[in-house]
Amino acid sequence: MHIINYLFYFVFQSTLIMSNEDYLKDISEIKNLMNKSSRFISLSGLSGILAGVYAIIGAAIAYYVVTNSQRGYLILDGNIFKICIGILFLVALLSIVTGIYLTTKKAKKNGENFWDNSSKRLIINFLIPLVTGGIYILLILGQQKYGQTGALMLIFYGLALVNASKYSIGDIRYLGFTEIILGLICTLYPGYGFWLWILGFGVMHIVYGSIMHFKYDRK
Amino acid sequence: MSIINNINKVFDHRIRLGIMSVLMVNEYADFNTLKELLGATDGNLASHTKALEKAEYITVEKQFIGRKPNTRYSTTTLGKVEFKKHINALEKLINKQ
Repeated sequence: MHIINYLFYFVFQSTLIMSNEDYLKDISEIKNLMNKSSRFISLSGLSGILAGVYAIIGAAIAYYVVTNSQRGYLILDGNIFKICIGILFLVALLSIVTGIYLTTKKAKKNGENFWDNSSKRLIINFLIPLVTGGIYILLILGQQKYGQTGALMLIFYGLALVNASKYSIGDIRYLGFTEIILGLICTLYPGYGFWLWILGFGVMHIVYGSIMHFKYDRK
Repeated sequence: MSIINNINKVFDHRIRLGIMSVLMVNEYADFNTLKELLGATDGNLASHTKALEKAEYITVEKQFIGRKPNTRYSTTTLGKVEFKKHINALEKLINKQ
């Protein structure tokens, strides 16, 4: 009788543990599906690092061009300014192309589609603050107010990242906060705009890109 | 006893849990998206969505995109409430050990 009791206890316990493991599996699968269906997780860390490198190279060229011009500083009309704008667009273009290329590669590896609902949502939410900021900067440049350009770029880019982070890896949220803080500091000290710009678009991209690369890409 | 009561029989299947999980965090999802995410066959997914629809936990909306028929699913308020209860019950069961 005692043995039967013991056996019953054993069987009961093991079924309880079994189903417990099943429930745990259920919960983890639920979390996994919720993430997979609403977030685009294949952002490439390496493309962040490269974007940072492009930004620093671009800034170095612009710095060289400006300091070697007759004036030695930047004014709004004139060829030097046009060259700087050209460099800026080139840096942005290269970063976007690299980003798309490396992210597509990573998405393929993860079995994720580069162009699906989650990536569309990510891009749209990223672009809303960014395009707003871009237009705003162009408009005030047209009014000869260019002292805050660096600060505004950092702030709007930071807001775009924070807004997009809901639909992607959480780390870019902190990159966004960093950019916003740098932008606000830049508003206070516009004289350091150039260096804060390098810090925000160059160094920070390399730092966060590396974090993401080692955290996700190398798996 | 009350914990056991909250375990909802309607959700007691991997595919159904999956459907609800996706619909909880998305406004809607169409048939093919669900199929891809859950790795289910057409027939399998159709029978499980039908069961959830019957319980009034999800709603189905059929429409045409161009010439292709498209079926969209979304959760009802009841479905959301019941699913949350179910998850809480699961978590309590796990924490009890």
